[in-house]
Amino acid sequence: MFSILQEYFSYAFVVRALYVGIFVALCSALLGVSLVLKRYSMIGDGLSHVGFGTLAIAMALNLAPLQVSIPLVLLAAFLLLRVSENSKIKGDAAIALISSSSLALGGIIIAVSTGMGADVCNYMFGAILAMRISDVYLSIGAAAVVLILYLIFYNRIFTVTFDESFAKATGTKVGYYNMLIAFLTALVIVVGMRMMGAMLISGLIIFPALTSMRILKSFKSVVITSAVLAVICFFLGMVLSLIISTPKGGNIPPGASIVAVNLGAFCLFLIIGALKKWNAGRKLRQDLKEAAK
Amino acid sequence: MNILSCRELYIKYDAKAVVKNVSFDLKDGDYLSIIGENGSGKTTLMKSILGLIKPVAGHIEFQGIKQIEIGYLPQQTSIQKDFPASVLEVVLSGCLNRHGFLPFYSSRDKKRAQENLENLGIDQLKRKAYCDLSGGQQQRVLLARALCATEKVLMLDEPVTGLDPAASEELYTLLNKLNSEGIAIIMISHDVKSAVKYGSKILHLKTEPLFFGLASEYGKTDVGSKMLRGETHV
Repeated sequence: MFSILQEYFSYAFVVRALYVGIFVALCSALLGVSLVLKRYSMIGDGLSHVGFGTLAIAMALNLAPLQVSIPLVLLAAFLLLRVSENSKIKGDAAIALISSSSLALGGIIIAVSTGMGADVCNYMFGAILAMRISDVYLSIGAAAVVLILYLIFYNRIFTVTFDESFAKATGTKVGYYNMLIAFLTALVIVVGMRMMGAMLISGLIIFPALTSMRILKSFKSVVITSAVLAVICFFLGMVLSLIISTPKGGNIPPGASIVAVNLGAFCLFLIIGALKKWNAGRKLRQDLKEAAK
Repeated sequence: MNILSCRELYIKYDAKAVVKNVSFDLKDGDYLSIIGENGSGKTTLMKSILGLIKPVAGHIEFQGIKQIEIGYLPQQTSIQKDFPASVLEVVLSGCLNRHGFLPFYSSRDKKRAQENLENLGIDQLKRKAYCDLSGGQQQRVLLARALCATEKVLMLDEPVTGLDPAASEELYTLLNKLNSEGIAIIMISHDVKSAVKYGSKILHLKTEPLFFGLASEYGKTDVGSKMLRGETHV
């Protein structure tokens, strides 16, 4: 098995995918903690579907995908936040609306222009081969932006996530930070989408945060563990997608195997968390018994 | 000395007037309870004092403090029920308003948070998870956070809601102690009896003020005695 892996890792496209994936996984895990806690988990899902629609447009018009996707998905992120704050259509409904509309629009554009083919499947579920050297630079750039901003604003992000009213009352511009998180999320989604697939990139955002919250109880530990977990799960998932070949001679899409590994980690943490709780309860009952004696 | 004066406040919310003709002064060391039925504009008034809602007319003036230096204890949100945060992280976040653009907490902030933890008797809880605490302990943590943000005024939005009688009593005692140490308190309350017992001033609101004055005078008025006998529901 190791020799197969060694062979794979000698290919430039695999190494590129590894770089892109690690940076994207790291960033999405960091942003995911805030998104999950603020009940914005579906924003990632909505934005990735918008991303699919924009890719279809780019394909049809023969334009570079990222140049079309980045501004449009950023715009969608802005609209989603505005809409969910102000309008009569509430947050989750607004996201469902935008997300299915852009998926439908993307489907129509593809059918009319290039026709449904292997390309579409790649966009939906991810393709390792799609990573170019420009993607590596872009993902490093995006990761640097996310990491630096996250570090600088870490305490403010915590305060805004934990208690918006208090943050506002003590002079933090809450709207700006919500917007910042949405924009960074949009950026990460566009960069990671072609590797993970539009259907599955949101898994990368929500899973690490949800998994680490099963066991850990402080914000800092959840943030750090999410980042570490995301990178480990990404790596394992990618290795699985490389070495397992399907009966038809293909490979499992990387997006799918990465999300599957994340699901495995989530279940593991869920069980550990439940055991910990049970153990604490047992100890408490024992203590009470002894106190009663 | 006045630290806050409100003049002829007129506040709208969703195109409806919710607060009208409210004028009052808050002096150093005052303990003001704002009472009134649901929908009488209490929370709206508090939010506009905090600068979260802009009044349509009238003005709010602070002396000796800035608007962002008010210690605020909002109602708890559903998000906080399963939020992974240690007590220390929550309390420290109260120091954020004195920071400007500094990204991290200074050692002075940490000292301040530590002092407030000790002052409120929750120092032993500081490594615990906020969501694992009891309701009364959580309110103390939020109080410690509010105290990190202020030296002069605390604003509390129904702090005893959801607490059992013993925990409410403890919270009232704690507030009295802070008040006697020189911190002015503005509190929205449903508990008229405690408001009269512990507070120094009462503002009874029903869009317009029905009563504003000393707590000891409140029981002598018509509206006040009815409230205290429980004939009108708050």
